[in-house]
Amino acid sequence: MIFALLQRIAQMLFVMFGISVLVFLIFFATPGTDPAARIAGRNASPEVLEAVRRSFGFDQPMYVQYLTMMKKIFITGDLTSFVNRGWKVVPAVMDTIPVTLSLVFGAAILWVVFALIIGIVAAATRGSWVDKTLMMLGLIGISMPVYWLGEVMNLLSQNRYHDTWIFSWVPPLGYKNFSDDPKGWFLTLVIPWITLSILYIGLYGRVLRAAIVESLQEDYIRTARAKGLSETRILLRHALRTSLVAFVTLFGLDFGALVGGSALLTEVVFGLQGLGKLTYDALLNLDLPIIMTTVLYASFFVVMANAVVDLLYMLLDPRVRTA
Amino acid sequence: MTVASGTLSATPKSRGPWATALRRLLRDRAAVFALFIFVLIVVLCLLAPVYAAWANTDPFTSTLDAVVHINGQDVPVMEQSTEGLGLGYTPIGPTWQIGNYFLGADNQGRDVMARLLYGGLNSLLIAGMATVVTLFFATLLGLAAGFFGGIIDTLISRFLDILWAFPVYLLAISLSIVLIAQGLNLGIITIESGSLWLPIFIIGVVYVPYVARPIRGQVLALRESDFVLAAIGLGVPSYRILLRDILPNVSTTLIVFVPIMMALNMITESALSFLSIGVQPPDASWGTIIQDGQNLLYTRPMVALAPGIAIVITVLALNVLGDGLRDALDPRSKIRIGRS
Repeated sequence: MIFALLQRIAQMLFVMFGISVLVFLIFFATPGTDPAARIAGRNASPEVLEAVRRSFGFDQPMYVQYLTMMKKIFITGDLTSFVNRGWKVVPAVMDTIPVTLSLVFGAAILWVVFALIIGIVAAATRGSWVDKTLMMLGLIGISMPVYWLGEVMNLLSQNRYHDTWIFSWVPPLGYKNFSDDPKGWFLTLVIPWITLSILYIGLYGRVLRAAIVESLQEDYIRTARAKGLSETRILLRHALRTSLVAFVTLFGLDFGALVGGSALLTEVVFGLQGLGKLTYDALLNLDLPIIMTTVLYASFFVVMANAVVDLLYMLLDPRVRTA
Repeated sequence: MTVASGTLSATPKSRGPWATALRRLLRDRAAVFALFIFVLIVVLCLLAPVYAAWANTDPFTSTLDAVVHINGQDVPVMEQSTEGLGLGYTPIGPTWQIGNYFLGADNQGRDVMARLLYGGLNSLLIAGMATVVTLFFATLLGLAAGFFGGIIDTLISRFLDILWAFPVYLLAISLSIVLIAQGLNLGIITIESGSLWLPIFIIGVVYVPYVARPIRGQVLALRESDFVLAAIGLGVPSYRILLRDILPNVSTTLIVFVPIMMALNMITESALSFLSIGVQPPDASWGTIIQDGQNLLYTRPMVALAPGIAIVITVLALNVLGDGLRDALDPRSKIRIGRS
């Protein structure tokens, strides 16, 4: 147990190191590009270029440059933006984290609840039109680009039907702090939560249905039936239970994909000042220090979240410990 | 085991595995319908130049002073704005007349319908070529790692672990921001900065671990199978074993991945283009048109709605097709649709 735990942590550290090297190489060692020119931005004067070269130490060997950059991002935290000079990047990133987490956690609650309902109902009515309709709706949910869905939501809730009773409660786009205005926080996030969760409701509903249908073929289900248990009890207490293992594993994987992708697009569409929106704004300004930092922080968060899920999994399921 | 296989073997000529799979696919009505829709979309997009010529419009240059004839009246493409202070111009809305600003115009007075078709061509091209890139590198890495094992496997697997843990969009953003401005120069290969090959390369690379890992797993199992061990024992060269014995056995998995990866790539391409790091203007893709439509969302929603609907229909068709192909070719596989 302890060994497996240490092994998983070592693997996590290795992957984090690997990602930091990869990001460093992408930004600083792509063939045929001058990193100083890119960090300084478009139309940089020679003095700025020279200052960038010196402050990042591009004249030094690669590994020194790498260590300097990591120190600036993770230890001293004094990396500054080159578009808004003097603007410290690390505190700016920290400010965005509550926004992104509010968005992601709310959506996660929605998608787990609805995916469970859809998966169970579809599995219980497998083969019927209810099952087929639910699975088709799930597939449509998976096939919609999340940012486009967000725009459609905005069009309906902010404009076309904003004056009707359905959407009159929707506040203008933007984020409100939970500590200042809990009701406003909730109301501004409802539409983004729904938008973000639809893809995952479809995905998880389909996966859960498949897992339940598969586990219904198992011997222990036959035993349960032979014992005379009701179908409902077999479905909810026996089949669902094993199927949830797949569900939980996926959750860890997708949580990562979410923070690094769908959440970014959702934040951009709904004007939520989260980690993704910060990255997007930096992207438009070609503000490389910010992108570098957000990419590193977000991917580290993702790697750690995955490791935590694996560790929980190890605690829950003894079979994994020896694997 | 079942009656069906009994009757199959009773037929005088037994069909090969490919023919069986094809029959199974053709029996799947949803998959056949999806294939039909997908082919229809491809054909429509291929007709983009024909449509543009017929509608007498150039979808790549701004035509702010163009005039449309509707019901015998001349209407300027850019109308004086009636909202707010009355400053600025609003492009014309959908006329619903084919060849005559069917879906209206965008901010630069360009025909949205013509751009939609040209954009679809680029979206399909990028999704398809990126799939080729992904499958090529994934097969190469998966075969090498699974077959040779040892240090090669360790190196490749650890590298794939890192790529896998890296959120797809963040990796794509990092690559794009560096490459979009200056292009890529790898000595043998040079990609210009505005080229479509840039998004193809970026999207192709970020999904490699998604395909390479299952391939490696299969090769690992095949490596221990009797026919491969026999070939090794006979002294058949490795490349020959890989090409003749192992590759054919992973080909079903690769084929199942084609529509699924195309669907995923299409969504990714549109997202990157929406973030302005995919297809670069004046070229269009469905993602860039949605971005163009963002500023017109409340006045001319069709500019953003139409390409989104096109994406949903195409991706849905590809996903249904992927489902059908998997059931026909590789029913026990665990390949999952739509992870990004």
